[in-house]
Amino acid sequence: MIHLPLTIKETQEGLKEKKFKATELVKEYIARIKKYDKGLNSFLTVSEEVAFETASKVDQALENSGEDAFRKYPLLGVAIAHKDLFLTKGVRTTAGSKVLESFVPSYSATVVDRLEKAGSILIGKTNCDAWAHGASGENSDFGPTKNPWKRQYVPGGSSSGSAASLAANFSLITTGTDTGGSVRQPANFCGVVGFKPTYGAVSRYGVVAMASSLDSVGHFGRCVDDVRRIFEVTRGEDGLDGTVKNSKFEKPKSKLKIGIPKEYFIEGLHKEVEKAVLQAAQVFKNENIELVDISLPHTKYAISVYYIVQPAEVSSNLGRYDGIRYGNDRNSFGDEAKRRIMLGTYVLSAGYYDAYYLKAMKVRSKIVADFEEAFEKVDAIIAPVSPSPPFKLGEKSSNPLQMYLADVLTVAGNLAGIPGLAIPGGFSKKALPLGFQLLGPRFSEGTLFHLGELYQKAVNYVPKVAF
Amino acid sequence: MSKLTKKDVEHVARLAKLSLTPSEVDTYLKQLAEVVSYVGELKGVDTDSSEPTSQTTGLENISRPDEQKSEQTLTQERALSGTDKTHNGFFKVEAILTERTDK
Repeated sequence: MIHLPLTIKETQEGLKEKKFKATELVKEYIARIKKYDKGLNSFLTVSEEVAFETASKVDQALENSGEDAFRKYPLLGVAIAHKDLFLTKGVRTTAGSKVLESFVPSYSATVVDRLEKAGSILIGKTNCDAWAHGASGENSDFGPTKNPWKRQYVPGGSSSGSAASLAANFSLITTGTDTGGSVRQPANFCGVVGFKPTYGAVSRYGVVAMASSLDSVGHFGRCVDDVRRIFEVTRGEDGLDGTVKNSKFEKPKSKLKIGIPKEYFIEGLHKEVEKAVLQAAQVFKNENIELVDISLPHTKYAISVYYIVQPAEVSSNLGRYDGIRYGNDRNSFGDEAKRRIMLGTYVLSAGYYDAYYLKAMKVRSKIVADFEEAFEKVDAIIAPVSPSPPFKLGEKSSNPLQMYLADVLTVAGNLAGIPGLAIPGGFSKKALPLGFQLLGPRFSEGTLFHLGELYQKAVNYVPKVAF
Repeated sequence: MSKLTKKDVEHVARLAKLSLTPSEVDTYLKQLAEVVSYVGELKGVDTDSSEPTSQTTGLENISRPDEQKSEQTLTQERALSGTDKTHNGFFKVEAILTERTDK
């Protein structure tokens, strides 16, 4: 048995120094999954054969070209698991739904392709709320994922398995999608770093679509440096997703200001969550970053705008599942998918379009304008990710509206198309992860990564796994 | 804004090609009515001078050459690989027309 490295840097240094081989790492990850995942349900498919095959090639490449191999393959030897929304050629892809229970894609998503070409090793596909609809992982048609830190709690959602599998040390990095917080919130609940890029920074080609004006591909790692390294591989135009734009990602300014938006410290915000965010803000202050009180006055409407725009787009995107060309028929949709399809169909239907959909798109403009105004004063915003620490399985699952309200602090970022970075910061009294998110203007990833790394350095952050 | 009715639920289910049992209709009516009533709060926001936002990229009319690329083309076999309901290399679908009975 080997001691698994927890970051990309540590992994690649270990491979360079021949502390371990890629095949040995894969063996250990697979062994851990086999031993512990029955109780967690974070994986839907384990691609053992592909993983060992790729790992042998990695070991061969290292044998042949030594350290040069890392220049050619920036993620060489990095074990990866994809949220089961990403098409993987030849490997079953379910989107967490019985509709796609036995669907094997004929091509891979751009992101999957790029990460594969960068030298990463596919370990498998992770569980998620079906079609990415949920904030707890409980809407998966293949059963809920448990939080590795405490099993009676949810890992967050919808990228539940991607976050949980990192906390359980089943993979080195994972991918996710963030339409209303589905990367940042599970990262926050599982004590890992979750990064949602600017809308249009990373191609979504080959990723099962949820709500197309909001969907972002995102990344999970155990430190900010890791998600930055993944993003360097995934970002940029591929000619297959018309919303993607190449951007320069300017270096951060030398004197930075962080805004604290009063509307994010809502009534009912859990005291320990609030404390964790304010402590992180203090860390930035000690690093000579100016803290500025700001206001995003339309934040309170974000959840209503989101629960009109998002189901509307969901109802359109899920219209294609007819069971004819692939997948099962529409009777296989689970409860939450049906709810969102009907909600979306309703707000788009004759007589209601202006009152709901058009109105929501107009209020969305006000939310966008709030952020634009704020970013004239500050370079980034610090905020809580979720109103509470992880909640218990079953606590919200019988009341859809209560579950929707769990997204209250993340959806505005998606409506504005801006990037967000969720960073772990301590644990609650019940030993559950806490943390905060940084939001920045469109394409300000450089600044967010800089701030995130500054924070992790200042607090001497050491990546942790649950067991 | 009007209150969601049972008829609305049945209507949207039909539009979305979802078949619901009577007890599902009752459950969804309650749950959806709650959400529709919640999001109705937007009517109180003054949007007289707001333009609608449908996307945030600022990009317009992105096009690409209309070329056939082999790496982006599925063979007939691969295109059909997702179903076993095929006939002579075609997808088999339910009949959507019925034979005329008036002649």
